[in-house]
Amino acid sequence: MTNVAVHLEAQQPSLQADVHDALASGTTHTKGQQHPIKLYLVVWGWLFVLSTCSYLVDYFGLHGHLRWSLILLFMVLKAGLIVAVFMHMAWERLALAYAILLPPVLVLVFVAIMAFEADYTHLLRVLFFAPTA
Amino acid sequence: MAETALINNIEAPARPAGWRGIAADWSSDQRAFKNVSWGKAMMWIFLLSDTFIFSCFLLSYMTTRMTTTVPWPNPSEVFALTIGDKKIPLILIAIMTFILISSSGTMAMAVNFGYRRDRAKTAALMLATAAFGATFVGMQAFEWTKLIREGVRPWGNPWGAEQFGSSFFMITGFHGTHVTIGVIFLIAIARKVWRGDFDVGRRGFFTSRKGHYEIVEITGLYWHFVDLVWVFIFALFYLW
Repeated sequence: MTNVAVHLEAQQPSLQADVHDALASGTTHTKGQQHPIKLYLVVWGWLFVLSTCSYLVDYFGLHGHLRWSLILLFMVLKAGLIVAVFMHMAWERLALAYAILLPPVLVLVFVAIMAFEADYTHLLRVLFFAPTA
Repeated sequence: MAETALINNIEAPARPAGWRGIAADWSSDQRAFKNVSWGKAMMWIFLLSDTFIFSCFLLSYMTTRMTTTVPWPNPSEVFALTIGDKKIPLILIAIMTFILISSSGTMAMAVNFGYRRDRAKTAALMLATAAFGATFVGMQAFEWTKLIREGVRPWGNPWGAEQFGSSFFMITGFHGTHVTIGVIFLIAIARKVWRGDFDVGRRGFFTSRKGHYEIVEITGLYWHFVDLVWVFIFALFYLW
């Protein structure tokens, strides 16, 4: 950005104003990420509540699909809060957010492949390595 | 977008050829992350690569747990502690979770005070974060000691599937290492903040560059990531 600004200053001062406008609308923060402390405290509180909830899932011994879906729900909510607010991703430009957040989503493909493979391996072990009576 | 269009309008200076040209072309004004410093962008990219490492650990854990024909040890019982006369399931892990979340809270506030150039509060909050982190590692050491005494090994344990031990030591060990490195990182930066390095423009001994308060945010990114990984480990390894 600085380099661009330098070039512009020399050659096209009228366009420099446009750049500034464009950047201002895209939430620039020359002085870094500044947000009210209260926001952090609220998120902190929510993380406590969500962690307690996920602990209670285990404490009350919920089972089956209810247990798994609740665990995943609380996990995703906590991860989202941490990334969006604590790591300030909510205020970054989309170019950065997509560059960082999309690749991990592709890990889900890997998860699907390995789950499929693991099912098959399990089947083979049951069929051929089970203790015979 | 505005900038990219503008760069094309500017008359391009003559570009060097050969090896110099390669270096010049790759290092010239091409810049994807417009308002993020290189330090912050590189920390994000490092965290992305670290995400893949932890993803692979959790994936291999998933695969071993799905393929074993022997029942998986119940984490709820394995990690239970007897306090008084009551056996409370998973309580140590729950406390560790709350400690790590608290450390994330103090870190977020440290970043805020850093940008306000409030040296004392920034350093104090960073040291509080480091203290929480050290407590977490201490509790993890306690947990490891307890399990090893009970006979958990990477190749076996008294309760069920043998892969339990190797998954546990690998995943929590790698995470604990990250926390330890984070604590060291935090203390080093807190010292610089406390000394006022970023106000007087003192040069770092390793890079001989002047630092900025942004390093507090970059340290924070790393620290929040460590907390983030724990969210996944807690859900997928301890609760599942």
